[in-house]
Amino acid sequence: MTTRQFLVPPRLTMGSPLTFMAWVILIAVIVTSMNDVAPSPEQIARGVPNMISLLDRMTPPNLETAFMVRVSWLIVETFQIALVGAAIGIIVSIPIGWLAARGSSPLGPGAYLVKAFVSLLRTVPDLVWALLFVAAVGLGAVAGTLTIIVDTIGFCGRFFAEAIEDSDKDPEQALTAIGANKLSIFTGATLPDVAPSMINASLFALEMAVRSSVILGLVGAGGIGQELKVAFDLFQYQNAMTIILVIFAIVLVMEVLTDYLRRRFS
Amino acid sequence: MKLQQAGAVGELSAAPPPHLKEAVAPSSVEGVIVVRGLEKSYVPGQPILRHLNLEIVRGDRVALVGANGSGKSTLLKCMIGLHPNSGGSVRVFGEEFAAKPSAQQRVVIRRQTGFVLQRPCLVARRSVLSNVIHGMLGDPGSWRGFTHQFGKAEWRERAMAALEDVNLADKALQRADSLSGGQQQRVAIARALVRKPQLLIADEPAASLDPAAGKDVMGLFNELCERHGITLLFTSHDMEHAVSFSSRLIVLKGGRLTHDLPSLDVTEDILSEAFR
Repeated sequence: MTTRQFLVPPRLTMGSPLTFMAWVILIAVIVTSMNDVAPSPEQIARGVPNMISLLDRMTPPNLETAFMVRVSWLIVETFQIALVGAAIGIIVSIPIGWLAARGSSPLGPGAYLVKAFVSLLRTVPDLVWALLFVAAVGLGAVAGTLTIIVDTIGFCGRFFAEAIEDSDKDPEQALTAIGANKLSIFTGATLPDVAPSMINASLFALEMAVRSSVILGLVGAGGIGQELKVAFDLFQYQNAMTIILVIFAIVLVMEVLTDYLRRRFS
Repeated sequence: MKLQQAGAVGELSAAPPPHLKEAVAPSSVEGVIVVRGLEKSYVPGQPILRHLNLEIVRGDRVALVGANGSGKSTLLKCMIGLHPNSGGSVRVFGEEFAAKPSAQQRVVIRRQTGFVLQRPCLVARRSVLSNVIHGMLGDPGSWRGFTHQFGKAEWRERAMAALEDVNLADKALQRADSLSGGQQQRVAIARALVRKPQLLIADEPAASLDPAAGKDVMGLFNELCERHGITLLFTSHDMEHAVSFSSRLIVLKGGRLTHDLPSLDVTEDILSEAFR
């Protein structure tokens, strides 16, 4: 009979006391927070009839021609904000992504500073940027466009940098041996390699821009959101319903379109 | 005993044999590459190259052989200043440098040197023609060459001529990743030739190919170097390639040059010792 020299590991392993304490603290924080901010059963019981009553007042949606024409123009403006903001943001993100990419950046260790700048743009919420731009350039679509630009750079800058970091290094090596400079290597070897990832990230950015642009109006940064706020402020719930349905439709169309483009380019 | 006749320079040998002496003697102006006392270590105290002396003259077709880790690839890269040297000096096309070449020297050296790596290292999503034009990206003002659509007419003509040299002119507008491994390596050769180099350096160019494609690529190297009067320096693990496609064979072992002799004089003893 052979004597085994190893022990079969148990199905479950006990973590360290420190890990156990961390779990206890996390669960305690969640439970305490739920007491403070989660809806109570009474609140839900009270809220549901209110919601039903609100929905009742919102239907049927307002389909008057004059109102629909105004909404259509606002939808066009919303699209313009999203499209122009995303386009400028994506173009600016290409050099920023390159400068932020570890290993490829011509700035060397300075890439971390660019990355930190991109993180700053990303971590501040878009409504906060919108408030800042409304204060800087006034109410309207320009503030919205600036917000989308900053938002897109925060998103695409990071994704482009990561795509460049993960790019195939073989062609770069060959071009370095030839004596090509960093810009030539970037345009000649890196960009074609990361183009599918960049297109993918750009389409996501466009989708995000459309979603953002519909709510920026809530703080006065142009687009359909402004009309939605007015509708709620003036208790014009049927108008609000029309706007919500139109927003749902454009976001849905945008998702279908970007999904199709993503499949085509990847 | 044929080994010594052929020119072994083991660590203990006091006097190098005549043909090796000739190779390490003070260089002639014809020397395309002259290496004197070259040292290289990536980690202090762990030398990769140990006091190498070597001269490669115009028209040479040199095979550099040795086991993995013997320093072949490092030597190639140090010779053209891709890696900084730890000691000694290198002179390439009359440009002498110690640790690394100056920016100006680098331009002079790389303009006259074509480099082919183990893998083709092509930009997969670009056309074959664009990949060949990439060979000129080292020239000043060449940024437009990142794609063939923006390249100057003269560059496109030169790239097509290089593609014709490697028999791939008919594939110019295909995507690089649509070609076979052997064809991709031929594109890499065309990319190296497009600047009409005087020296072609190839680091195990057939290693990633099947035997037939490898032989084909090595034959092409020889034919093109002969046709255009290019000096060829290549590394190989395939002894048949090393002996058949070179006029001179250099053996590296543990970072030292142990043999430097005409390929015709190579014996099985030398080869087996090189890889022991």
